[in-house]
Formats: sequence, C-alpha cells, structure tokens
Amino acid sequence: MTTATLAQEVTYIDAISQALDEEMSRDERVFLMGEDIGAYGGAFKVTEGFLKKFGEWRVLDTPLSESGFVGAAIGAAMMGLRPVVEMQFADFISCAFDQITEVAAKNHYRWGAAVPLVIRAPFGGGVHGGPFHSECPEGWFFHSPGLKIVAPSTPYDAKGLLKAAIRDPNPVLYFEHKFLYRRIKATLPQEDFIVPIGKADIKRSGGDISVITYGAMVHLALEAAELLSKEGIDLEVVDLRTLIPLDKETIYASVRKTSKVILLHEDNKTGGIGAEISALLAEDCFDCLDGPILRIAPPDTPVPFSTPLEEFFLPKVSDIVAGAKKLAVY
Amino acid sequence: MDQAVVAKDIKRSDLLEMYYYLRLTRSLEDRITALYRQGRIVGGVYTSHGMEAIAVGYASALNPDDVIAPFHRDMGAFLVRGFTPGEVIAQYLGKQGGPTKGKDGNVHMGDLKRGMIGFVSHLADNMPVAAGAALAFKIRKESRVAFAGTGDGGTSRGDFHEAMNLASVRKLPVVFFCTNNQYAYSTPLRYQMAITDVVERAKAYGMPGEIVDGNDVADVYLACRRAIAKARAGEGPTFLEFKTMRMHGHSEHDAAKYVPRELLNAWQCKDPIICAEQLLSRLGYGDESYFHEVLERTKKEVDIGMEFAEQSPLPEGRETLVGVFATDDEVSP
Repeated sequence: MTTATLAQEVTYIDAISQALDEEMSRDERVFLMGEDIGAYGGAFKVTEGFLKKFGEWRVLDTPLSESGFVGAAIGAAMMGLRPVVEMQFADFISCAFDQITEVAAKNHYRWGAAVPLVIRAPFGGGVHGGPFHSECPEGWFFHSPGLKIVAPSTPYDAKGLLKAAIRDPNPVLYFEHKFLYRRIKATLPQEDFIVPIGKADIKRSGGDISVITYGAMVHLALEAAELLSKEGIDLEVVDLRTLIPLDKETIYASVRKTSKVILLHEDNKTGGIGAEISALLAEDCFDCLDGPILRIAPPDTPVPFSTPLEEFFLPKVSDIVAGAKKLAVY
Repeated sequence: MDQAVVAKDIKRSDLLEMYYYLRLTRSLEDRITALYRQGRIVGGVYTSHGMEAIAVGYASALNPDDVIAPFHRDMGAFLVRGFTPGEVIAQYLGKQGGPTKGKDGNVHMGDLKRGMIGFVSHLADNMPVAAGAALAFKIRKESRVAFAGTGDGGTSRGDFHEAMNLASVRKLPVVFFCTNNQYAYSTPLRYQMAITDVVERAKAYGMPGEIVDGNDVADVYLACRRAIAKARAGEGPTFLEFKTMRMHGHSEHDAAKYVPRELLNAWQCKDPIICAEQLLSRLGYGDESYFHEVLERTKKEVDIGMEFAEQSPLPEGRETLVGVFATDDEVSP
C-alpha cells in the first residue's frame, strides 16, 4: 500500500468545505453569507459545523434576498473583507444578476475599487431538480467583462480553485457541480495548495480528437474516451476549469495536436461557452483543423423535470462516442 | 429651522462651512450646466440645483472615515469629501484628470480613500452595498457608519427593500435616505407609490424613520447627526426622507414641461441657499457682503478648476483596455 491510499479520501463536497474552513482559519477577513448556511449548515451541508467554529458574524444567515446579500458582500469586500457568498442553487443567481454584472463586475474598471468576492453556485442537472434547481447559468456571466468564472470537476480542483478564488482580488463566480458532490472522491495533499485561475488541465492525453469541456461533463468525456480507446480512437480531454479568463494556450495547443474538436457542455447550446470557443478556433486555429468543429450540448429548452425528459436533455456518453466517430472519418 | 436650536446645536464655524459648500455646489453645477449648453459636455448632466442642502448637510454630519454611497444629485457630498472642482469638471469632460480618468462620466465617480462609493445608474443598487460596508464595520467592531440613499423612484426597486430589511435584521450601522424630489424623471410620486410619505416604507422593516426639510441645511444636518449617532452607538439603521423639489429637468436636456409651473414657483422661495442666508442673517453669522464674498470665492475656485480641466489631457483610446481586473495591491486594507 502506498501512502497515498492510506491518506483519507475526500469527496468533491468535502473538498469545498475544507477549502472554506482552511481559508477562514488562515485569514480572518474571510466570512460567509447565504441562506440557511448557519445552524442548518447549508442546503447541501457544505458549511455544517461552521457556525459553531467561526461564530455568527463569520457565518451569516441572510434573509431570502440574493440581490441584497450579494450587494452587501460587494460592500464588505470593498471595505477590505473577503466575503464568500453561497447561492443555495445556482439558479437563484438570476435574482442577483444586476449586482453581479453592474456593480461587482464594473466597479474596478469604472472607479478603481477592487471587489474581492466569491460567489459559490451549485449548478447542473442530473439530480431531478427541474427547471429551477438544475440550471447552468454560467453563460449569462461569461459575457460580462470584469468577472472571473471557474468550474471545477474534481475534488483537487474544487479545493484548489476555491482557495485561489478567495485569494483573488476580483469577483469570482465559482460553479460547483452538485451532481459531483458525493459521487467522486480523491486523496488530496495535506499541505496548502491552490489551483491557479486561468489554467486548463489535460485530464486525459490523446492524439485524435480534443474534447474541450468542464464541470460534470469532464467525467462523461473520460468515460467516452475509455470506450473509444477500444475502437482505436484516442480522445484528449481538456478540462477548462476556468471559463474566464480562458486558457487559450492550452486549448490551442491541444487542437493543434489533434486537429479535431468536440466542444461539450451542459449549458444549452445557443450562445454557450462552446460557441465562443468555436469562434476562437475558427479565428486562430483554422489552418490546423481537419474536420468541422462539433458542439455537444443540451437543446435550447429549460431543464425538464421528468426522468426521460431530463435524460433526453443532458448530453450522454453515447453522444460523445457518436460525435467522435463522425469526426474520426475526416 | 428654529434659530435658537441652531445656535445651541450647530457650531457657527460648521454652519458657515456648510454655507460655503452650498455655494460651491451651486457655482460648480452652474458652470457644468453652462458647459453642457455650449455642447462641451456630452451625455447626462444631473444637477442638485435646489437640493444642495441634502448632500452638504449629511456629508458635513459624518466623520471622515465614514462611507457615503450618494444619490446622483449629491455633488455637495463629493465637495465636502475633498473632490476639487477641477477633478469634477475633468470628469464631466471625460478627461484624464477626472476620478474615473474618462471611464465613466458625470457623477459616476468614487474614491474609497475619500470614503465615496461610486454611483451606479441602476437606482438603489448601492443601498445593499452600503449595508455591506456597514456589515464590515460591525464585523470588525469599528466605530464607522455607512450613509446611502436614492430618490423617490429608487425606493420602488427591490434592492432598496432588500437593503432596508438586511440592515434592520442585523442592526447594521447604516443610515438610509431618500431624496424625495417629487419626480422620478417624468413620473410623479403618485404614480410611483400609493403613499404620500416615503418614510412609511421604513415601518415595514421595523426601522425608525424621520421626515426632514431637505431644503434646510440645518435641519438636514441635525437629523443626520442624530441618525448617525444612533448607528454609531450600535442602535441600528434609520431612514430619513428629505422632502425637496427637483427644480431642473431630470437631466439638462429635459425641459420638464410635465412639472406644473406653480409647483416650481412655490418651491423657488424655499431655495436652500436663500434659506441658509436667511438663517445666517438671523443668527448674525453673515450679511449680504459676506454672502457676496463667498459667492465670488466659489466662482473663482470653479474658474481655477476649469483651467485644470481644460489642461487635463483626454485619455488615449487604448486606455479602454486597462483596468477590467484588479491586482492584489489594489484591494482595500
């Protein structure tokens, strides 16, 4: 047995809790705001036990008012604190859209006030949440200059990116995928570490087709890669990890190597992250493409509730397999 | 305002200083309006003409380390906080010498070092932000207060209510105000809300509220001082409704024909500068020659500011790309 397997494995959600706990212990400016995060420990129990450990003025239960408490977090951040706001579900972030895009995102550009703020947003489907508890709203914010956006896919990235977000001097939207919360585990380093914002990660190296993705879809892509390897198609899985600023260097290097691209995401297709990356590749990597740029993403509908509908809506391993086979003939 | 109360509760030097800032605000905004009419200023010009007593009064009642999230007709607060006429005119002209270096225009300026939170056009957006500043003061056990407001129209927005609620629930050291100047652009109060006094809104949040004569700088100052003292003592937020009248259009392009003439005439005799001069005369603090001297002094300061703004360069086009993200050294301590 190696020492790695002796160390305790943690889930994706535990990694998030650990990051918050360690940053709050390291830096007394860090505090939490959100609905039901205190005595209840949060809808998903990310902050269980935090109230007792850090007290009610560092683990603040707020009224049900996303715009109000995001605005308040912006004010506290400008006064020198490091607020971390929890959206109970990412879907509710729409209530705070104005504060995020007009106040947090523009303050530094307009008049030089830094807003070191983190908003954690549990996003994504596959949990039968229906139209208001399954959304992937990152696309709305992807278009707003002044925000950073991250979306980890593993416990290591979840912990490292949250720590980096808390230490960043800008507003960072942290999209944590709730389907992954208790489904994946990893052994994490004992020592303090961060995952730098703005760096993608090659989760699987391959030579034939680049699958560029993030969040829960990374795991789908890895599953598809295993199946396809038996058929002689070698996928490279690029996990963006950060959506803004995009790591163009890593994306372009992968595409230049494989010459074929699948853009995979759980947000609906039109105007999504995939559309932007597709345009970038057409502009900057046209000469090295050997096939059409393929997007695999849900249809332009709300996320439906009923099991067959949601299954239809979400991208599947078989979609990636079919897409890869289509590209392989070029 | 009763002159005996003023004589007892406001220092003569403070009152004279407030009069100076009323005059400076008027002289500066008159110049800005003239520049707009000459076509030198593009975009909106939202003045505090006839409402100067509100910002001058509240800013004078605050400590220097308190934080202000102003309404967009609060030029006086910027001046009390040390923004110079030169910086302000440069801002309106989109020059490098303005606080936003051309990134934003008119009263959309801020500076955390001078405790001014930059105005956001989406009215009431900065009210939760100010509540958050107050939250930071409370968490750090600092003896500081946040002061934030909006217009009568802004109190219809959700952010106003969410801020009032949050501040009251957590007893935050913040004072909220509404500049009730009867019109939100062209919309009169009766189409904005089904109440006649905006202060009614405070009751729903268990927050004490007070109606204040917004054209009387002494009344504004004393009401703010009381509310600020309560906030500083840990007794929670207060809501102040400053009753006043918008004497110009929404912006200077707007002739405001929708406002009845007789309403403007009725308010004309309550002009805050005239009111302040009457008060100073009654108290024996100033006379016509003194008022004239202050007027000339402020006009001269605006002239000097104009020279500064004229000499300040326009930003280079490529400056557009600078400043989307902050660096570590720019975060507030």
